[in-house]
Amino acid sequence: MNWEAFWLTVRLAAVVAALLVAIGIPIAYWLTYSRWRWKFLVEAAVALPIVLPPTVLGFYVLVALGSRSPLGRWWESLTGRTLAFTFEGLVIGSLLYSLPFAVQPFAASFGAVDRTLLQASASLGHSPLQTFRRIVLPLSQAGLITGFALSFAHTLGEFGVVLMVGGNIPGVTRTLSIDIYDQVQAANYSSANRTALFLLVVSFLILSIVFGLNRYGLNRRTWALSPWR
Amino acid sequence: MAVKVPLAPPAAPTMSPLPISSDLEVRIRKRFPHPEGSFLLNVHFRALAGFTILFGASGAGKTTLLDCIAGLVDPDDGRIVVGGEDFYDAEKKLNVAAWKRNIGYVHQDLALFPHLTAEENVAYGLRKLSRAERQTSSREMLQAFHIEHLRDRRPAQISGGERQRVALARSLVTEPRALLLDEPLSALDRPTKSSLVGDLRKWNQNHRVPILFVTHNGEEVFALGDEVVMLDGGKIVAQGLPHDVMRAPRLETVANLAGFENIFDASVRALHEARGTMTCHLRKGTVELETPLVRAEVGSLLRVGIQAGDLLLATEEPHGLSARNILPGTIRRLAQRDVIVAAIIECGGTDFEVHLTLAARDALQLRPGKAVWVVVKTHSCHLMGI
Repeated sequence: MNWEAFWLTVRLAAVVAALLVAIGIPIAYWLTYSRWRWKFLVEAAVALPIVLPPTVLGFYVLVALGSRSPLGRWWESLTGRTLAFTFEGLVIGSLLYSLPFAVQPFAASFGAVDRTLLQASASLGHSPLQTFRRIVLPLSQAGLITGFALSFAHTLGEFGVVLMVGGNIPGVTRTLSIDIYDQVQAANYSSANRTALFLLVVSFLILSIVFGLNRYGLNRRTWALSPWR
Repeated sequence: MAVKVPLAPPAAPTMSPLPISSDLEVRIRKRFPHPEGSFLLNVHFRALAGFTILFGASGAGKTTLLDCIAGLVDPDDGRIVVGGEDFYDAEKKLNVAAWKRNIGYVHQDLALFPHLTAEENVAYGLRKLSRAERQTSSREMLQAFHIEHLRDRRPAQISGGERQRVALARSLVTEPRALLLDEPLSALDRPTKSSLVGDLRKWNQNHRVPILFVTHNGEEVFALGDEVVMLDGGKIVAQGLPHDVMRAPRLETVANLAGFENIFDASVRALHEARGTMTCHLRKGTVELETPLVRAEVGSLLRVGIQAGDLLLATEEPHGLSARNILPGTIRRLAQRDVIVAAIIECGGTDFEVHLTLAARDALQLRPGKAVWVVVKTHSCHLMGI
């Protein structure tokens, strides 16, 4: 296996999943509690990466990162480098690509918190944000872990966006999925198989942990069922 | 419950000074969708410090009214003033957020935080205090409500009655300006109820805030014995002491709730305008009752409600009584409920339920099969249209 590609992939997935927790919580909060009448448009936009061909997303990200776009120019003036075909560019593309995999579980678990608990918290003098921190977040642990794990696993396996935004630079943008593609191109099937099998097993393990947690571990139902102390 | 009352009263030195008295005035209109057409809540009342009971059937608008006062639901129009401070005023476009109102609200299903222990739940509202002060206050409150031993348990691990105590303690520890209780006793058995009400009254002696107590249980209204506001279909239909409000039913739904043990369909036989009464024939059997006169025609159908406690029983035919209805009958059954005896008496094909004391049963040597006379005062008969 290509260890350089492996560590790059893990680093990318970890950075993206961590950033998505930070970005996804406020977005999910807004989606859960906003009463704006056009909210559904934002919901659709957030869900777009699920249905969009990765090449389409990758293409627009590439355009947005390029030295002719405001973002690209600003980054260049800041760092002296372009964003396209760099690790940072890859992170931006992956953030967009995996956004729904974090936001949707977050929003679902926030929405599942009983409204009467929020009202009780308000009557006890807590602002909506304090209530969110002390009631909603602790009761949404399962959703937060699910969102983190899904966006990690989803980033681990992405191909189209990486190829469009990052290209195939060893040690910078060559992830495991690109590596597999390279090996197949070079008719190196047994090596491709080892990497592919590895990704398959890891993805399966991550999803098993997520579903197991939701079933037996951190689900809200366990607050009611299991003797806690 | 034989639990030792803590030495220190719930009012502790760490607590902030409070106004001597505060009252609550609500005048609101709120329309909202309802399965049977849209529903308008339109009420105006004042509640002084102490208990005020909001009584009405489910769907009468009780919970919506509490939600408006707590700031969880916005009224369409009106004004809400608590302790001299405006919380909502449609004219001034004023609407204080729920979390700034400091109104205690014990929700019908308690809404305890499932991930926090009993003590953490109680301390939750003491956000602004230091950790030590929080602990002192919440421990005192746990003590006052006899749940100190549960402080490390989570809501799922304690009984329904204990949860109710935790929920009350959690609201009271914040020293609210007013307390809203949405059927807080509905799930409790009678001894637990009265001990909890006792603890609440004790707390309120030191605090003197208005307590709005919602119930649809007529028995609770009499047990609490305070001012009653009766709601029906979003409107206040009666207000006053339980005795006045509950014994002058205007609507059949209200009468059903107010605990009339005897409800009979009847038809009007004759009107006695000069005496202010009329004769009604109970449809099941041969009994005729002299009832108060209402606007009705001979032959029209009515429903007669009589409370079992308003009926008298005699073992010999009574003479020289002012009561107009003296019905001969036979005891069919006697059943003891707490300290009262419910007797079922058959009179001319109609069963009456009569409530007596244990002493009366023994003195009169009542037993099934015995011949008795049921005495019904004219004004104990309440009439309702069908």
